Amino acid sequence: MAMLEVKNLQVYYGVICALKGISFEVNEGEIVTLIGANGAGKTTTMQSVVGLIPKRSGTVTFDGHDITQTPCHKIVHLGMTQVPEGRRIFQELTVYENLLMGAYSIKDSSGFKNDLDAIYTRFPRLAERKNQIAGTLSGGEQQMLAMGRAIMSHPKLLMLDEPSMGLSPLLVDQVFEIIKDINKDGTTILLVEQNAGKSLAISDRAYVLENGRIVLSGTGAELAASEMVQKAYLGG
Amino acid sequence: MELILSTLINGLSLGGIYAMIALGYTMVYGIAKMLNFAHGDIIMVGGYVIYVFMAFHNPLLAILMAVVFCVLLGITIEKVAYKPLRGASPLAVLITAIGVSYLLQSLAQIIFGSANKMVTVYDFGSVKFLGVTVQVSALVTLAVTVVVMTALTLFVKYTRLGRAMIAVSEDKGAAQLMGINVDGIITITFAIGSALAALAGLFYLLKAPSISSTLGAMPGIKAFTAAVIGGIGSIPGAMLGGILLGVVESISYKITAIAPYTDAIEFSILIIILLVRPTGFLGKKRREKV
Repeated sequence: MAMLEVKNLQVYYGVICALKGISFEVNEGEIVTLIGANGAGKTTTMQSVVGLIPKRSGTVTFDGHDITQTPCHKIVHLGMTQVPEGRRIFQELTVYENLLMGAYSIKDSSGFKNDLDAIYTRFPRLAERKNQIAGTLSGGEQQMLAMGRAIMSHPKLLMLDEPSMGLSPLLVDQVFEIIKDINKDGTTILLVEQNAGKSLAISDRAYVLENGRIVLSGTGAELAASEMVQKAYLGG
Repeated sequence: MELILSTLINGLSLGGIYAMIALGYTMVYGIAKMLNFAHGDIIMVGGYVIYVFMAFHNPLLAILMAVVFCVLLGITIEKVAYKPLRGASPLAVLITAIGVSYLLQSLAQIIFGSANKMVTVYDFGSVKFLGVTVQVSALVTLAVTVVVMTALTLFVKYTRLGRAMIAVSEDKGAAQLMGINVDGIITITFAIGSALAALAGLFYLLKAPSISSTLGAMPGIKAFTAAVIGGIGSIPGAMLGGILLGVVESISYKITAIAPYTDAIEFSILIIILLVRPTGFLGKKRREKV
């Protein structure tokens, strides 16, 4: 059974239909990517699945629970969280306090110290800047913090919305390496990216989203080789 | 010298009351992003609850009941009147808040009549302090506000719940992604604001033992002014704005020539500060998201 199963998901903004009934699934241990152009509905998909924006129809099941109508904060407690588009770290809090917020859903605080050390090992820059106000970090550091903050909640499924956006090529490579690492440590990944080349390279499977519909799906390698994807997303 | 000292003490004590009320405005604005114009009337409700329970001649019981009743009332108002409007236009919420304000005032008038009620909660008397006579109640007010504000600041900065409040005020969506129940945080915020308003009601009765259905109207507007001067959404800002306004008011009342214009002077300060610093003293610049 799939860890995350989305069936016929429709989302409207007022009268405008943003998602016209999409279905996809993510299996345990996979990296799955949704690629698509601006306005295709990638962020809408991510935000509606996690319960931040309301769904018009369709069902979402996660880890055996029907979460179609579950509010976002309860979904997080079930083990799914998201690094949202634009990172959205808490600018006024320190790096440490942001990580503390990430562990908000963990009731048992005994493992906090270990989790924190693990984050600081994975992201040495965050350790250096732990008492700095997060709003003063560079874009790359903020992305690291957003990922670290999300991992603090021990997600079974981590969704990342455009994690490479606005980063230098060097940092983009680093972000994709980190995503692969997180996945290797046992976290299932659902990724949304405009950087189709890099994301397909690390993906087990992928879906192409166009105008609120899924138009193509397959393994990462299949999609990277497909003529349609090459033309539209890989500049081939 | 004596005059300066007594004016200052009175000003600080009045400022403390304004700050208490302003905290309610500013926390609700920071977290629910709405102006709760019924907040001032909670002060009045607190006053009437004290008046009712003073029938038992036990000030502590009366104060406790006022705090409990106001907290429940604040939570109920939020659930019944404001929660269904979450996501509605700010104007609809604002008008609803004004409606709730009139509702509370009218209910008080129906229940208690339009004549002022007199109630002496406790007579602290007065003391000689550095050669001036000061009302002990003013000192008590000042002491309690300092304790409450310190406690609130520590609560927000150092507790799990307090940090969750900061997170919600900054980004509701990201806060939910941390597993924070935003509705729960909003409820707690209204509860804290209402408890502070109940205490403000007590302090007004200590200052002048008379209560009417409009008791909270002017203090509400003054405290809102204080919150805006300090920077709406900012907790230290509300404290600063409250103290500033209280001291200005107290000084202005002592100067015969300008005493009648005291309210005008206070609101002029608001206008001037908004012209120079539109976000208030400690308010944040709101960056537009792109």
